[in-house]
Amino acid sequence: MSSFRPQNNRAWLGVLPVVLIVAFSAVIPLMTVVNYSVQDILDFNTRFFVGLQWYEQTLNDPRFIEAFLRQVAFSLTILTIQIPLGIWVAKGIPQNSRMTPLILVVLAMPLLIPWNVVGTIWQIFARPDIGLLGVTINALGITYNYTSDPLHAWITLVMMDVWHWTSLVALLAFAGLTSIPQPFYQAAELDGANRWQMFRYVELPRLRGVLIIAVLLRLMDSFMIYTEPFVLTGGGPGNATTLLSQHLATMAVGQFDLGPAAAFSVIYFLFILLFCWLFYSSVVARNED
Amino acid sequence: MSWMAWTLPTALFFSAIGLALLILTVFELRSPTRLAKGFLPMQTTRGDRFFISLLSAAFIHLLWLGTLGGALWGASLLAVLWAVLLMRWG
Repeated sequence: MSSFRPQNNRAWLGVLPVVLIVAFSAVIPLMTVVNYSVQDILDFNTRFFVGLQWYEQTLNDPRFIEAFLRQVAFSLTILTIQIPLGIWVAKGIPQNSRMTPLILVVLAMPLLIPWNVVGTIWQIFARPDIGLLGVTINALGITYNYTSDPLHAWITLVMMDVWHWTSLVALLAFAGLTSIPQPFYQAAELDGANRWQMFRYVELPRLRGVLIIAVLLRLMDSFMIYTEPFVLTGGGPGNATTLLSQHLATMAVGQFDLGPAAAFSVIYFLFILLFCWLFYSSVVARNED
Repeated sequence: MSWMAWTLPTALFFSAIGLALLILTVFELRSPTRLAKGFLPMQTTRGDRFFISLLSAAFIHLLWLGTLGGALWGASLLAVLWAVLLMRWG
């Protein structure tokens, strides 16, 4: 059964300045990367057209496939932790207290720390010989060494990202919670709703908008993460924590393989675009239902 | 423009996308799009379906290249058929 509704698209003219800015900051660089991806570039003036050779090579490269699977696992893990944890933290923040601004400032602090500093903080914090976390875990009788054990490296990486970014989800969720009018709560109370029902049927539907933003931001950010794991583990032990961006940086900057790195970048970009579109369209489809 | 390292195939590729966007814009001014529900799970505009066609085409080609390799005519044909299907009934 089809349903039709006319659209007025004249308002799109208002976004023309943004389109121009995006053209210069994103579209032109992206076109350049596509141009690079079909050539073997020896130096600035010496390059040869190779067609889709680099794409074929990248798609059949086991290191790319492994890094991709690690990347998906990492993004899913941090989203599974950060979204519920952020909502839980937001629900714990008092809405009309003199302490609220202070709590919000403290909560926002991890977001203000530069990414390489976050990596350095956790690198020292988790060290089994001098770091508070590492020494404490070992003192409890649990052998912990993130520099030699892949599982420990992963746990440390996930903990670091959760520490760094849960605040963002919490702040967005808090903004969503404060926008819910009190009569909704009063009506739910009159209906005898318990705390879970209040959350499930009053708060969660009205948080949907901010949670979509939170998930999209975290999905894109986590898929592009580079600095923190690079500083914390350097991709190790072995390649255990080498994510896509680090593998790409090794190709582009370390080995100066500009052609293969450009093909890698285009594939990487397409996957981010696909995931964001799939997620966005599934939410839109659910809203329409 | 030499810093962009243009090649003829990539220039033709981007020109085709630019031309398609131009045609869609003219078409839009003459006959504004409607939100329509086809076989896709959500309502889409003409532009949405074009975007999905492009994204699908990219992945059809990548999948073909990653599994079968070699010439991509088959993938291109598949992508065009899928795009027609999507634009008409998506």
